[in-house]
Amino acid sequence: MYHIISIKDFERGEIDELLDKAQAIDEASGPFSTLNGKQVALLFFEPSTRTRMSFASAVARLGGTTLCVDSVEGSSISKGETLADTVRVVSSYVDAIVLRHPKEGAARLAAEFASVPVINAGDGAGQHPSQTLLDLYTIRQSMPLEGIDVGLLGDLRYGRTTHSLAYALSNYDLTIHTIAPKSLELPTPLIGELLDRGCEVVEHEDITDIITELDVLYATRIQRERFPDAASYYEVAESYRITPELLEERKENMIILHPLPRAGEIDPRVDALPCAKYFEQAQNGVPVRMAMLKEVI
Amino acid sequence: MQEEPKGLLIRPIRDGTVIDHITHGEALVVLRILGITGSTDERLSIATNVETRIRGTGGLKDIVKVSNRELSKEEVDRIALIAPNATINIIRDYNVVEKIGVEIPRHLRGIIRCTNLGCISNANEPIESAFEVTANGLRCLYCDTVINSDFAQHII
Ligand SMILES: [Zn+2]
Repeated sequence: MYHIISIKDFERGEIDELLDKAQAIDEASGPFSTLNGKQVALLFFEPSTRTRMSFASAVARLGGTTLCVDSVEGSSISKGETLADTVRVVSSYVDAIVLRHPKEGAARLAAEFASVPVINAGDGAGQHPSQTLLDLYTIRQSMPLEGIDVGLLGDLRYGRTTHSLAYALSNYDLTIHTIAPKSLELPTPLIGELLDRGCEVVEHEDITDIITELDVLYATRIQRERFPDAASYYEVAESYRITPELLEERKENMIILHPLPRAGEIDPRVDALPCAKYFEQAQNGVPVRMAMLKEVI
Repeated sequence: MQEEPKGLLIRPIRDGTVIDHITHGEALVVLRILGITGSTDERLSIATNVETRIRGTGGLKDIVKVSNRELSKEEVDRIALIAPNATINIIRDYNVVEKIGVEIPRHLRGIIRCTNLGCISNANEPIESAFEVTANGLRCLYCDTVINSDFAQHII
């Protein structure tokens, strides 16, 4: 049985193949019947409306139906049932489980106990492979994943989407530029891992140093609670804000991605520029998740 | 003044396992790792802070003797984390029949607690903690957290 738990479990060839399949789905008009008569449980023990809707849409487009558990209240979890038991029981109702859970490693545990495939839809601050795959997919729509300069901007210390994206990018021959305040840099062990995997990593504090050389700028939120006071937060947030002025000298085919929702990181005036790809990125969640579902069921 | 009696600090055992060259001060942790407690029925001799001339030990070591039980290599390898220089002698009829060094195993199950409080292995689930031993430290197989120091502190 095949589970999708972490992007780290994927070899480069497997990622490419999955992205090819997503593209084929994207280009075909449908309707698809892969999941006709099949049911998928969306076990969401933590609210995440976008991810849940995107998976629900992916299942529906493949002709399947969903069973949803949206919250811990009202489920037997609140009565102290273990995730292991829940997953064992739910396995007997459905053909696959999509799991979102507040504890890190929950998807790995679920895969041990489930008798059907498990797809990780985010476990705590841990892995969220469908996000990483759709990020890669969106880059690949605009350019090959080779020989490019990818900037990761924002809170790189705690923002785990950038961790798994950086890891996934290290499968390809490209350069990663980290752009973050010193206190929010990528964790040192992760940088070590990227270097060990042959990836070039360049650290920057100031976005203006590198903006003209980037092919991809992946922006994430800088969280207010990481700073001792409001003033120091606003100062940092302001200097990492993406504006049309900042982008004036950008490369012609440069693209900007953001996992959304955004706060103030990207000036709304940027939305109208051709480089703004974050809404397309969100849309890409559906074909990518369809490809993931097809893969496991 | 009366002189300290000469002779052996702990007597030889007839059959069982002697774990020698344990990092000094870690003998009780070694027992904990092996699952030996006051309520299990092994006969034990423990010597702590025994003088040794082996370099790099600070001149002291601990020794644990377990009578009537031959520890498996796997059991003993768990000790490697806190006592990398330990040696294991299997004793039968007062003779050392096997002498083996410890090796850090590739995987550790149920021995170390994950330091990440948000890790599912620290929740009330029917699983044991699971770590992969890597060059950088111990990596939790559930949440990827890496522990690279103070292993004894995290032993369950
Ligand atoms: Zn863990």
